[in-house]
Amino acid sequence: MMQSQREAGGPQDLDHGTVPPDGRPLADQPKWRQDFPIDVAQDEYVSRRELVKFIVLTSAALTVGQFWIVLKRSFSGQPARLAGERIASVDELSVGGARTFTYPEGSTPRLLVRTGATTFVAYDQQCTHLLCPVVPAVELGRLHCPCHHGWFDLHTGQPLEGPPQRPLPKVLLEVREGIVYATGVEESAT
Amino acid sequence: MPAPDALEFFIDPGRCIGCQACIQACTECDTHKGQSMIQLDYVNRGHSTQTAPVVCMHCDSPTCAEVCPADAIKRTEDGIVHTAQVPRCIACNNCVLACPFGVPKMQTRMNLMMKCDMCYDRTSVGLKPWCASVCPSQALAFGTREEMARLRPHAKPVNAFQFGLQTIRTKVNMMVPRDAGPEIVDVTAAMHEPTIGHEILDDVFDDISDGGDA
Repeated sequence: MMQSQREAGGPQDLDHGTVPPDGRPLADQPKWRQDFPIDVAQDEYVSRRELVKFIVLTSAALTVGQFWIVLKRSFSGQPARLAGERIASVDELSVGGARTFTYPEGSTPRLLVRTGATTFVAYDQQCTHLLCPVVPAVELGRLHCPCHHGWFDLHTGQPLEGPPQRPLPKVLLEVREGIVYATGVEESAT
Repeated sequence: MPAPDALEFFIDPGRCIGCQACIQACTECDTHKGQSMIQLDYVNRGHSTQTAPVVCMHCDSPTCAEVCPADAIKRTEDGIVHTAQVPRCIACNNCVLACPFGVPKMQTRMNLMMKCDMCYDRTSVGLKPWCASVCPSQALAFGTREEMARLRPHAKPVNAFQFGLQTIRTKVNMMVPRDAGPEIVDVTAAMHEPTIGHEILDDVFDDISDGGDA
């Protein structure tokens, strides 16, 4: 009698985890039952030690990453000189007009603005805040980023207002015989 | 550390002498220090001195945990259902109302449900729970099945209980007569028996409908 009792439902049967009231396997149970298991082993419990470990390791990784960025910057030399490239003729743009181009080939879009009869400026079009394209506002002498209302100086690329903290990378230009050439890119220093 | 499989808990209410040693010993347990988790029931106090100790039966489908809205009641792999987790318990009393055996106790001052965890600090290292270690008549006994079969030749352990439509299997065993005892103990069988010494109506709506006609 006792032997059959053990076979029918002895404590060894209890070791296979909690049995739902309808007795069906866990896979057939509704999702909420799988999301809120009664068994400790299936519960996603984060111990204090695990949390402290996670925080310490993540902080350490961030700290090391900061030093890595500093070292990378201080050891990387000047970028290779770029070849001059024709990007537009003077007649293509009226004064105050603008167009995009890529320089060097395959770069992010650059913005060429004609500010005067013989003066041109060109910057990277991506705002240094969150990479929205900037729009020239030549009559104000500024570049405008409409996403968060960042403003840059049209003549220097320096940030004037709004969230951007760094100047726009400047494309160096040269005008010869009615043709605008790009001759290099001045990456924004921090 | 899981509680060892070989050692099991056996309750034999027929051996209970009502000395309350288990209640006192229970307060010594380090997992719920100062709080007794044992309920000593008087079976029919006006007519008998018979008492019955109630400890957690540790169901394989714990109703207390099923009804917990805060996901606070957990069962370890050795089948022990634990006190509600302190950061999660919202003291809603659902478990207290739902348990077929009336085990969980609401500690209102702490806003925490506490229940018998079979003295997890002791049983997990192979020691007897406090109640079983002090019970003079061994109504609460902790040992191997072989030991119990030798010591209690006229009783057998049963760990299946009927609660409404649900059959519950438990880690803790109830001793019933070996020859005449049931295979499954119906927890609610006596619910509709006429009460003795109390005029409590089973169905209050019967009385209302009768009175409405008059």
